[in-house]
Amino acid sequence: MYVAVKGGERAILNSYALLGEVRRGDPALPELSLEQIREQLRLAVDRVMCEGSVYDPELAALAIKQAAGDLVEAIFLLRAYRATLPRLGYTLPLDTAHMRLWRRVSATFKDLPGGQLLGSTYDYTQRLLDFSLAAAGEAPVAAQAAPAAAEAVPRVVDLLGDEGLIEAHVPAAGDPEPRDLTREPLTFPAERAVRLQNLARGDEGFLLAMGYSTQRGYSHSHPFAGEIRHGLAEVEIEPEELGFAISIGDLELTECQMVNQFAGSKTQPPQFTRGYGLAFGASERKAMAMSLVDRALRAGELGEAAESPAQMQEFVLSHSDSLEASGFVQHLKLPHYVDFQAELELVRRMRAGLQAAGEEEERAA
Amino acid sequence: MSAAGMHAGGALAGLTPGFSDPVGAAQAVFRLCLERLSRPGTLAEVRSDAALPAGLHVASGALLLALLDQDTRLWLSPAAAGAAAYLRFHTGCVPVDDPAEADFALAASVRELPQLERFAQGSEDYPDRSTTLIVQVESLATDAGWTLRGPGIADSVRLSAAGLGAAFALDWAANRRRFPCGVDVFLASDSRLAGLPRTTRLEDSACT
Amino acid sequence: MQMFQPVDSQDHPQQEDHAARRAWMGALARADTALLEHGLREVGLPDYVWLRRPETGLMMVRGRAGGTGERFNLGEMTVTRCALRLAAGESGVAYVPGRSHRKAELAALADALLQSPQSAAALRAALLEPLERELQERAECMQRKAQATRVEFFTVAREAGA
Repeated sequence: MYVAVKGGERAILNSYALLGEVRRGDPALPELSLEQIREQLRLAVDRVMCEGSVYDPELAALAIKQAAGDLVEAIFLLRAYRATLPRLGYTLPLDTAHMRLWRRVSATFKDLPGGQLLGSTYDYTQRLLDFSLAAAGEAPVAAQAAPAAAEAVPRVVDLLGDEGLIEAHVPAAGDPEPRDLTREPLTFPAERAVRLQNLARGDEGFLLAMGYSTQRGYSHSHPFAGEIRHGLAEVEIEPEELGFAISIGDLELTECQMVNQFAGSKTQPPQFTRGYGLAFGASERKAMAMSLVDRALRAGELGEAAESPAQMQEFVLSHSDSLEASGFVQHLKLPHYVDFQAELELVRRMRAGLQAAGEEEERAA
Repeated sequence: MSAAGMHAGGALAGLTPGFSDPVGAAQAVFRLCLERLSRPGTLAEVRSDAALPAGLHVASGALLLALLDQDTRLWLSPAAAGAAAYLRFHTGCVPVDDPAEADFALAASVRELPQLERFAQGSEDYPDRSTTLIVQVESLATDAGWTLRGPGIADSVRLSAAGLGAAFALDWAANRRRFPCGVDVFLASDSRLAGLPRTTRLEDSACT
Repeated sequence: MQMFQPVDSQDHPQQEDHAARRAWMGALARADTALLEHGLREVGLPDYVWLRRPETGLMMVRGRAGGTGERFNLGEMTVTRCALRLAAGESGVAYVPGRSHRKAELAALADALLQSPQSAAALRAALLEPLERELQERAECMQRKAQATRVEFFTVAREAGA
């Protein structure tokens, strides 16, 4: 039996209007501009770009405003908008070794070429609420060092790699085209390129919990943050009509190289293994969590038993997307009147059956 | 592209403009395509301000600019091969050498039209995955030629396409027998356009 | 199938042209629209026809696993592109980040004018040089602020023989 339910139209239209009013809040207060969101809520903008999987700070700011600050909703809005745009092509692979750095830290080496740059981080703050921010004050000014001589800032993993102490990551012969999850559905087993794409757009909270679980013993990965770098990476494309590569701008990125438990065999001397995280914007927690999960998901190829949730591809990759997760959880609030009627009927019938059987027994006794 | 076109604008030097209003024009042409396929055998005038490369008729050029995108594969017959760079630049389409891989195909003339079975036919599950074929002909008229019957035609209509004769009618009959698979055809002559969906029957081949 | 002939790779003067053009296209992509507008107005906006009108779409940004391994798709970015041809014959191309059609148009005009012997010098002075200075300053400012947060470790070492 299918029963069409009508009658909600006016209620829905009025709920739009109410949502608009509630989103705007007290009209006596000035309205937020997209520039204010972009400049002053930049980590929210970064998260929306990262999980919305579209680098465009202005669009992300608009999505945050429209979603009244609900970032998962904003991510949904950005993904929906994305679907209206044509795909113009693919960029050349980013060269993260030559990023212009805002921040670069390593937990594995104190002294390293290029040094440790703390950048703008909450790490060393006291986590005490700063009530001076409650009142508008003067804009703080950053300190500036003397301009440093151009200095190479090699990746920490490359330094270890020079000694052969860490596994090398080189592309397979012919540098094959990676599959693209925005064009092809996810299938299992998923190769690493597909897993990284899935994790890069995955929900930060989910990846954080999964990454945390690996540290608490659900998989044996024993991680060190080999290097975290945050800054600008140049984007290059090679348009066919030009026949040569051009640079089309810089993306703010965070990269995390996690150095993990070493492995060795009779044929291979012991060496460290690696996990990788890369995220749009200043998204350090996300990049770190991603690198932990990437490493855990490599269990199969490194000959480890996949015993923990974070090591199970199908579990991790199928549940990482906030859009899918939020959609499926939230659909439960939509009308299920008919389904529920059917179950109600069934329970009533079962109870009636039980009662009848009970009465029968009583009579027999 | 010739080496002479390589100065200043590089590989761009030989290219000409597409539609001046790509979205509006593509929508208008798409509408015309739908109408031609839903009323087989009737003619439309296609208007287009694209500066087409040699070898493309106005109607077929407009159709290709409107229908192709980066997800479509295109087969061009040899005399139209020079249009490949233009179509790729404006639409992002992927040229292919094998007609069986093509989503869209253009035969620059009847002489260059392969057997229809050489194109993608679609499958029972996905009959829409067959090639949509554009054939350029020297003239199109509705007062002579074949009698067309089938869905979208009240009783019958007539259509003649210069150069398409008995051999094509036979090939078309074979195409119809592959239903629900089989190709759909557009006939283009200068700015005139007609549609032959795979459901249409051609009778009395009387074309010259 | 090779659609667009790669532009004379054996020809060395051509390659130098590419290096210069690559550099200015990269700078134009990073320019503020207002700066492009101002610089181009100073040399005068030329007549042109569109080869491909401005179009906003997505480029899939790629990274490499571990920074050096297999390629993977990181996420997309908005890009606007266009191509035009000046009445004098030079073609200009632009690919700029974001969704501004006007910026793409101005960048493509500048690209075409910078290839033209008649206008290149004037546009360099009016637009490209100030732009390059600004980008350089932006980069240096960022570097000075980052360097100010560099950690200078010192270790208290136990005296030898103690």
